[in-house]
Amino acid sequence: MRIGIPAEVKDINGPVSNNFGRTQYYFIYDDSNENYEFISNDAANSQGGAGVKAAQLVVDSKAEIVITPQLGENAAAVLNAANVQIYKCEDGTLMENIKLLKDGRLTLLSSIHKGYHGH
Amino acid sequence: MDTNLKIAVLSGKGGTGKTFVASNLAKIANRAVYLDCDVEEPNGHLFLKGPVLEAFDVDLPMPEVNLDLCDNCRKCVDFCAFNALALISGRVKVFDKICHSCGGCKVICPQNAIEEYNKNIGKIERRHYDNVDVYTGILNPGEESGTSIIKKMMTTIPSGYETAIIDSPPGSACIVMDSIEDADYCVLVAEPTTFGAHNLRMVHELTKVFNKPCGAVLNKTNGEEDPSRIYCMDNNVPILLDIPWRKDISDYIAEGSLVVEKDKELSESFAALLERISQEVQK
Amino acid sequence: MKKILILSGKGGTGKTTLSSSLIRLLDAKAYADCDVDAPNLHLVMEEENEPLKSDFLGLPAAYIDPAKCISCDLCRQNCRFDAITNINGYIVNDHACEGCKVCTLVCPSDAIEMVPRVIGHLSLYKNGHVFSTAELKMGSGNSGLLVTEVKKHLYVNSKNADIAIIDGSPGIGCPVIASISGVDLVILVSEPTISGFNDMERIIKTSEGFPAKVAVCVNKFDLHLENTEKIISYCSENGIPFVGTIPFDKDASSLINQGKTLADKDGPARDSIIKIMERSMKILNEGDN
Repeated sequence: MRIGIPAEVKDINGPVSNNFGRTQYYFIYDDSNENYEFISNDAANSQGGAGVKAAQLVVDSKAEIVITPQLGENAAAVLNAANVQIYKCEDGTLMENIKLLKDGRLTLLSSIHKGYHGH
Repeated sequence: MDTNLKIAVLSGKGGTGKTFVASNLAKIANRAVYLDCDVEEPNGHLFLKGPVLEAFDVDLPMPEVNLDLCDNCRKCVDFCAFNALALISGRVKVFDKICHSCGGCKVICPQNAIEEYNKNIGKIERRHYDNVDVYTGILNPGEESGTSIIKKMMTTIPSGYETAIIDSPPGSACIVMDSIEDADYCVLVAEPTTFGAHNLRMVHELTKVFNKPCGAVLNKTNGEEDPSRIYCMDNNVPILLDIPWRKDISDYIAEGSLVVEKDKELSESFAALLERISQEVQK
Repeated sequence: MKKILILSGKGGTGKTTLSSSLIRLLDAKAYADCDVDAPNLHLVMEEENEPLKSDFLGLPAAYIDPAKCISCDLCRQNCRFDAITNINGYIVNDHACEGCKVCTLVCPSDAIEMVPRVIGHLSLYKNGHVFSTAELKMGSGNSGLLVTEVKKHLYVNSKNADIAIIDGSPGIGCPVIASISGVDLVILVSEPTISGFNDMERIIKTSEGFPAKVAVCVNKFDLHLENTEKIISYCSENGIPFVGTIPFDKDASSLINQGKTLADKDGPARDSIIKIMERSMKILNEGDN
C-alpha cells in the first residue's frame, strides 16, 4: 500500500513537514516494493482551499494512509471521503515514521483543527 | 441607493459605541433609513425598536453535481480558483464554505452536470421606529461571508430617504469595505485608549483607500490624555464630537434607550453632529 | 531552531510589548512579525539597514485587452461580483474582482487574461540577525497565506539560530491559525478584562489540535486583581502553565515610541518579564535530553 507524508525537503531522512496543506512536497512511499517518490504540492501557494487541493493531490497519488502532525477540517473531509487512514506522526524523519507505522507504533489522528481558511 | 446623504459609522473594534452613535444619529435625522450591516451581531434594532414588518431571505447559489451526468472529467475541479471542489472515489464533492458562488464550474462543465441551488445564508428584516425605517441584516450562524447580505440591503431599499445611516461591522476587513462602498461620509468612533487608537488607525486607513471623507467621534472620554485624540490631531482627522463617559449615558444604553430621546443636551449634540457632517460632505 | 509564538486575542493587550522585550532579553537572532494587517514590531526593533523587499501576490485579477474586446457584454453579465463595468470601454475593478475566471470562459474573443496582483510586500532585515515582516495592502484578503510566507522567509534565512520569536496576529482567525502551525511554544498574553479572558479561552481552543505547548501570562495585571486571579485559576484548572504577570507601566507607550522595549528600562516590568522568560524557556526545553 502507499503511504503519504508531507515533507519540506526531498530527503527521506528529512523531517515531517508541520503543515499538511501548504507543505512543499509529499513523500509517497510504496510498501509493496519499497519504492518512493516526492511529488510537488501545487496547493502550497493557493490563496484558499489549500487543504482541499492538497488532499486531492494525495488522493490522486493513490495513498491509502497519511501520516501528519495535524490536519485541517477540509483536508480531513477529502481524505475521509476517500477512506484514507490518517495517523499522527512522531518526532523523527520520514523513514523513521514509516518504520513506526510498520511496527504498529503510530496512533490514529484524533483531533482535526478548524483549518486556515485563507480566503 | 437613491438617498441624499449616506453616512457610514465605523469603529475598529467592538464595544466602542458604533451602534450608540449610529442609532442616535438615525433618530435625530429627518426621514432616515438605518442599515444594520453588522450581520453577525446586529443590535441597532434593540434601540430603534419595533416588530418585524417584513423579512427577505438572502440566498447564495451553490453548485450541485448531477452524478448521473458527471463523467469525472475533472474540468470543474481543475478550474475552480478557490479549490472548492474535489473528485474523490468518482464523486465530485463541493466545499460550501470555500465556494465563492462564481458559477464557473457550471459554465465549464461539458456535460451540463452542474446546477445551482439556492442556499440560504441569512435574511434582512424591516422594522419601523418613529421616523426611522430600520433594516437589519442577519447572517446565519456558521456562514462565512455576510457580503451578499450587505449588497442586497444596499440595492433593495427604496429611494426617497433624506439620510441613510449605515451601522458598519466592527473591524476593517472586506465586509466593512462592502458597507462603506456607497457612503458619502464615514464617522469613526473611537475610545480613549491605546487599543482604541490602534484600531482607529486601521479604520482610518480603510477610509483613505476608498477616498471617503471622514471625521471622528471620541466616545467615553475621561478628560485624561487620549491617544485617539492625539491620533486625530496628528493625522488631520476632524474631531466632530466628544462624548464624555457618563453613568447616565451608560445606563440608557444598558436599558436600550436612545439618549437623544432622554437628554436635551445630547439631542442637540447629535443634531449638531449631523449638521456638521452635512457641511463636510458639501465641501 | 525552537520557535516561540506570542499571541493575545484582541489588540492592545501587550503582545508586541512582550515579543520585543523577549527578543532583547534572549538576544534572539531570528524574529518575525506575523501581524501582517498592521505590523508594528519594526517600529520598536529599530533596524539599521534597509530590508530586502519582495512582492506578495494575490489571486490574479482579470484584465480586459481593449484591442481584442468586441463589447459583447457577456463578461459583465456573467460576473457575479459586479467587477466589470462599461465606461468608455470594458474595465475590471481590481478591488471587486475575486479572480474566479468566469469572464475568461465566456469571452468569445479571447480578450481576457488573468494577471498577477500585488497585494502586499515582504521585508527581510539581515544584520547579524534576521527579521522577517510583511504588510498586506489594505483591502486584500489572504492574511493567512502571507503569515505562512513570513515564517517561511524567516526559517529559510536563519537556519543557524537557536531560537525564533514570532510576534503573532491579533484575533483568533485564519492568520492566527497560520501563525500557530509549526511552533514549539505559544505564550498567550492576556489582560484582566472580560474580553481578555474570553479571548484567552478562544485562543487556547484554537491551539488544540496543534502540537505546540501553550503558556499564559497576564499583562497590566494590577489594573484588576480579581480578574487576574480568575485567569490564574482557569489555567490551574485546565492544566495550562501560568508563567507570570506584568504590572501596568504607563511609560510603556512612550518607550515603544522611542524604539525601546520594556526590557530596556530597569524596573518592575523588566523584572517580571525576565521571570516570564525564564519560566517559558523551562517549558520550551522540557523533555529535551
